[in-house]
Amino acid sequence: MTASLLLTGLVAVPWLGALLLGVAGSLPARAARSLAVLASASTLVFGVLLLARFDPSLAGLFVEERVPWIRSLGIDYHLGLDGMGLLFVLLTGILGPLALVTTLRRATRVRAAGAWFLLLQGSALGVFVALDFFPWFICWELSLVPAFFLIRGWGGAHAGTAAYRFVVFTLAGSAGLLLAFAALYAATGTMNFTDLARLRAAGELAGKLGALGAWTPVLVFLGVLVGLGVKAPLFPFHAWMPATYAEAPAGVSMFLTGVMSKMGVYGFFRLLWPIFPEELRAYAGPLLVMALGGVVLGALAALRSGNLRHMLAYSSLNHVSYCLLALFAVAGAGPADGVAVESALVGALLQAFNHGLSASALFFVAGVLEQRSGGDSDFARFGGVRNAAPRFALLAGVALFSSLGLPGLNGFVGEFLIFRGVFALQPLAAAVATVALLVTAIFLLSFWQRVFHGPRSGAVAGSFADLDAAEWRVLGPLVVLMILLGVAPQLLAGLINPLAMSWAASLTLP
Amino acid sequence: MSIDYALLFRVLLPEALLTATALLVIGVDLVWGSGRSRGSRLQMAVGAGLLGVGVAALVIWQDGAQGSVWAGNLRVDLLAVAVRLGVLGLTGLSLLGLTGSRVSDQPAEYVALALLATVGFLQMAVAQNLLLAFLALELASLSLYVLAGYDRSRPESAEAALKYFLQGGVSAALLLFGFSLLYGMTGRIDLTGISMALAAHADGSLSAVAVGMVLAAFGFKAAVAPFHPWAPDVYQGAPPMSAALIASAAKLAGLAFFWRIFWSGLGPLAATAPLTGGAGGGWVPVLAAMCAVSLLLGNLVALAQVSIRRLLAYSAIGHAGALGLGLLSAGEVGPGPLFYYAATYGLATVGTFACLALLDRAGDGDRIEDLAGLRRRSPLLAACLAVFVLSLAGIPPLAGFFGKFVVFAAAFRIDGLSHPAGWVALLAIAMSAVALYYYLILLKQAWIAEDVRVRGPIEVPPAAALGVVLAAGLLIVLGAFPSLLLGRF
Amino acid sequence: MSLLPWIPVATLVGALLALVAGARSAAAARVVALLTALFGAVAAGAAAARFAPSNELVTLVDLPWITQLGIRYHLAVDGISLSLVVLTALAATSGVLFSWTVAERVGEFFALYLTLVAGVYGVFLSADAFLFFVFYEIAIVPKYFLVAGWGSTRREYGAMKLVLYSFAGSALVLAGLVWTYGAGGAEGFSFGALTEAASRMSYGENVAAFGLVFFGFATLAGLFPLHTWAPTGHVAAPTAASMLLAGVVMKLGAYGCLRIALPFYPVGFAAWQLVIGWLAVAGIVYAGLVALVQRDFKFVIGYSSVSHMGFVMLGLATGEIEALAGATLQMFSHGVIAGLLFGVVGRMVYEREHTRDLVELEARPMHRRLPGAAAVFVLAGLASMGLPGFSGFPAELKILVGAWNFHPIWAVAAAVGVLVAGAFTLRVMQRAFFGQFGAAGAEPGEGGERLTLPEKLGAGLLLGATILIGLKPDLLLDWIVPALQSPAFHFAATNVVP
Repeated sequence: MTASLLLTGLVAVPWLGALLLGVAGSLPARAARSLAVLASASTLVFGVLLLARFDPSLAGLFVEERVPWIRSLGIDYHLGLDGMGLLFVLLTGILGPLALVTTLRRATRVRAAGAWFLLLQGSALGVFVALDFFPWFICWELSLVPAFFLIRGWGGAHAGTAAYRFVVFTLAGSAGLLLAFAALYAATGTMNFTDLARLRAAGELAGKLGALGAWTPVLVFLGVLVGLGVKAPLFPFHAWMPATYAEAPAGVSMFLTGVMSKMGVYGFFRLLWPIFPEELRAYAGPLLVMALGGVVLGALAALRSGNLRHMLAYSSLNHVSYCLLALFAVAGAGPADGVAVESALVGALLQAFNHGLSASALFFVAGVLEQRSGGDSDFARFGGVRNAAPRFALLAGVALFSSLGLPGLNGFVGEFLIFRGVFALQPLAAAVATVALLVTAIFLLSFWQRVFHGPRSGAVAGSFADLDAAEWRVLGPLVVLMILLGVAPQLLAGLINPLAMSWAASLTLP
Repeated sequence: MSIDYALLFRVLLPEALLTATALLVIGVDLVWGSGRSRGSRLQMAVGAGLLGVGVAALVIWQDGAQGSVWAGNLRVDLLAVAVRLGVLGLTGLSLLGLTGSRVSDQPAEYVALALLATVGFLQMAVAQNLLLAFLALELASLSLYVLAGYDRSRPESAEAALKYFLQGGVSAALLLFGFSLLYGMTGRIDLTGISMALAAHADGSLSAVAVGMVLAAFGFKAAVAPFHPWAPDVYQGAPPMSAALIASAAKLAGLAFFWRIFWSGLGPLAATAPLTGGAGGGWVPVLAAMCAVSLLLGNLVALAQVSIRRLLAYSAIGHAGALGLGLLSAGEVGPGPLFYYAATYGLATVGTFACLALLDRAGDGDRIEDLAGLRRRSPLLAACLAVFVLSLAGIPPLAGFFGKFVVFAAAFRIDGLSHPAGWVALLAIAMSAVALYYYLILLKQAWIAEDVRVRGPIEVPPAAALGVVLAAGLLIVLGAFPSLLLGRF
Repeated sequence: MSLLPWIPVATLVGALLALVAGARSAAAARVVALLTALFGAVAAGAAAARFAPSNELVTLVDLPWITQLGIRYHLAVDGISLSLVVLTALAATSGVLFSWTVAERVGEFFALYLTLVAGVYGVFLSADAFLFFVFYEIAIVPKYFLVAGWGSTRREYGAMKLVLYSFAGSALVLAGLVWTYGAGGAEGFSFGALTEAASRMSYGENVAAFGLVFFGFATLAGLFPLHTWAPTGHVAAPTAASMLLAGVVMKLGAYGCLRIALPFYPVGFAAWQLVIGWLAVAGIVYAGLVALVQRDFKFVIGYSSVSHMGFVMLGLATGEIEALAGATLQMFSHGVIAGLLFGVVGRMVYEREHTRDLVELEARPMHRRLPGAAAVFVLAGLASMGLPGFSGFPAELKILVGAWNFHPIWAVAAAVGVLVAGAFTLRVMQRAFFGQFGAAGAEPGEGGERLTLPEKLGAGLLLGATILIGLKPDLLLDWIVPALQSPAFHFAATNVVP
């Protein structure tokens, strides 16, 4: 397979799998499940193939496909990957199959669920590799459809409203994106991310946008900000999140928090920063406040939560906001802050990856608890799980502490680097964030204590089986990765170091 | 100067033929008809009448335009030929429609009167002389008064005839008075002479009165507001084919008649003062105002009607407004558009009344709901009625549309919106949207509404069927190829 | 190219044949109708395959007709008209397919339907303003009988309102055009002659004439606030008629604006631009909001049509080449999508479930009963939302570009419209089909009713079109953009991107 088709293949295989599942009406459940998992796992295969081609010294795109597509709109079929993109592709490759297996485990209508999930996975991958607005936006919007049906059709009691709100919020953001890119096209004749970044680097973009109207550059920036902000989510665009994460089936929540929210973070790095560095700098103050708001609100709300899903949702908000905090702090930086900038950037991306792993794992834990108790994951329903299912408790504990940021586990290095960078750039913000760290520790530990420690009570009082083989197959690898990446973070950092260095040097994408 | 009597005789041959036919019809009926059924007497009368009409038409067609005849007292120009043929055609169709009407006591007299009215129409088209014009008009009118009251089984018919006669009489008197004033002012009774004399000098107040009288007479004849009140009662009360004749042939002839009087005779008094300035103004602004009122009144009041024939009457008043517009613009572009509109309007009207006559014969009333289920009772009538009504509404590709179009185009041609005709045209276009509503109501009943009373099929005699199909076909053909008529001018 | 000019005539002949065939059997009438529609499709397809984009109208037929007024039977085609002819072919064919189950007076139904189609074809192919107007009006009366005779909710009222508004709009157009002819001293009714005549009119006259002609056409296009006939009329109409009415006939109005109003009166256009744009934007948002609260499935679609047409009018209002191209593309796109949506509501759902009430439908497991319909509607709904990958997206993008260039606030408002469209589409999708989704039950497909073959063909045709153009809009834009370079559109701003 030549390099020029690897990216297309990456996105196409899950979609093909979805199509096959969609039309094969008479496929038995087992075969459907196998087909789905196979198609999902292909991502990891592609990821490894791409990893093999990765050149650590190169800061830019190491594989690219670019073909003219729609001449009259200046749109190309442009896919490309650099270290950052590869990071997210690998994340998807790892989390995808695991989340899929979880979703299909006890689902009815396996074929349909598998098809929707593969469609979702393919769309997410498309977002990570597309470098022209049109293919990128197709995948961005397309991901909503399977998400909607998965939440609606396999979710909890209030899934309907949650799904509806999720989609409407995202559509609102997308309208902003559409508006912004229409303006960019009107001003420059292109909607290609790399070309736009180049225009910005050459200093021409502001002038062209300004020609459309005095308010246009700001409006365009806001449009993109809102569009991406809804997805990440960035406070205060997060209102859809708690209900959605709570109502979605466990496997889907894993994917939502692990991959889909990273689509938003990725967007900030791929779109917002290279194309609007000046606006980011100008508004760095308010944006920092928003990110901090997410950090603090996430932590506090999680603290007050009495339900694991709910708590995890807000915890996600908190963790993702760290990434954004780092970015906004960097945005206001000057040329002298090179080291701090590098540190913050590397930390943000590592955090994104690692949070994906740990949050996914924790949602899986929630799923296990729900399945065992036959209901929701309210803390009050559990107690002394450690006694009933020691191995489960062990793995859950690792995930928990990873989320906490314990040194030695993968969650630490990202947070550490972020704080190191942000302290140097925006000490006040870092101070506030530190408080949130404390709160995070409190809620995570108190959860641990209430659910896992103490005498067996509630649902645990009766039979509470330990992890079975299938569950091991999901949680196990995640935990292994968490430990591995905690001990040897350079495995990941190697992917993004050169990128971060060049960003720090020029504050644009190469 | 020497007068070419041979030519005169030739030109008057159609009139003579028709008069002879009328007398023949009465005579034959007296001799042969006693003891025969009413139906066969009707057929005989109609047959003879058609024969006469046909031969007369042939003569006119062959001779064509002769120009000035009888020392300028008659003018057989292109318009005259066209109008004479048109009138004969419409009369012929009316006779065909008569075979589908309820048969009256004396069908032969009816036909004879119709033929005599036609003689009047033929003369109206060629008269260039005030006396001749008046004679022709009266001949036609008197015949029509009697025809209006011909149905003795219904009091409405007598009422219609009386109203028609009284108002017609008054308008005739006014016309005569106006004519005498014109003679008094100019010393001439031929239109060209009058025109020259008026151009030389015109006494303001006298000519205003004269013009006013003529306008009033025109208003009555064409059913233009405010001289329209006879129309609803006559259309509703008179026997259907009488109303058909009044609405079609009489109107066509009348328009040609008044075209000559207004433009050939009173041309200098037109004095089209533009709206933007200028003092005074002749008959053009007044006529324009009358047309505007007709358009409004006719179309708006038609909305409220429950009787089909009254609806048609009010719509006729509306159409009269548009026809008046054609008259106005004939000064600029000639009588072509006016003729086309009047002729095709006449076709549609005759056709509609023929359908109504058939319904009347089948025992139906005059209410709009009585049309319900026509689609099932007689697909032929429903289809033809659709053609007629849509042509009246001005829907392409039927002739009615093109008639309106060419008249409006001509109206704007004069001087856009600086001339009152332009504004009347705008009003007419607006009113056509209003008119579509009530026309569609008729078609809705005929085509969509279910017949609650479940009446039986309507029997259509072959001659009547021929008549409606011919009329519908002509409307379609003339609509698709208007040059056939317009090209004559 | 050679078959194109025969399409209007052939379709009229087909209408007559269908009427005759209907007297013998319903099946015969259906077959005749389908063959007629297919003839149009084949002719359009052949022309499309051979079409060489050019700047000018390519004459197909030019015969003297009414020489006294300088009127000719002149048919011509350029990229814009060809796109719309292709749209008509698609809509007509799928409309016949979706009407396969009409049972009463089938011959008359198809005769009226095909007459309407013939009128539409004629309008798109006309190059003489009088001929244009004749075909435009021919399309009016069949509408009345189709809706009043075979329609549903309040059909007589809906039919009358529909027809009277259309006719009133065409009356305005007639007034404007004939006035121009008269006052400008035109030598005929060809586009060139009237444009010249218009240029001889004074400034005030030009502005007034443009107002008459534009708003006359805009009534049929459903520009706010002249749109009120559309939801009522489209809901009352039988399925195939709704598809055609919302899908194609509304486009007659927009086409008239593009082909006649704008090029004939550029001076007047410039004076009215802001008003038109604001009305368009108001329509987009208002209609969208109203759609959001409707309880009748079909009313949602009806209002969504008004909202989408608002986009077309917005594109026209900016007067930018890019946006004009976008507006034309949106005409095509929405034509196809509206056909799909009405097809689903009317044929697939209403005929089987006998209700269009969203509250009732929500209580039924529609996704299981009609899985095919659900799938089609999801796709059509996504297309309607302007999702990239479907034809609406490139069209709306180009229109937004034009709006940004001309009046940025419009772009923002239009984006709000996009959002509202997403919301109401989602809402109706949820309520109509997925009310019971997720409730315990069998796999979809078990116990579900399959779509009939005609339905599948009809839906497939339209879906294929919207996806094809969505992924490769160049196919149409390569026709449309050169056509907009013609001298007739010299007034249009070309803030073409560098």
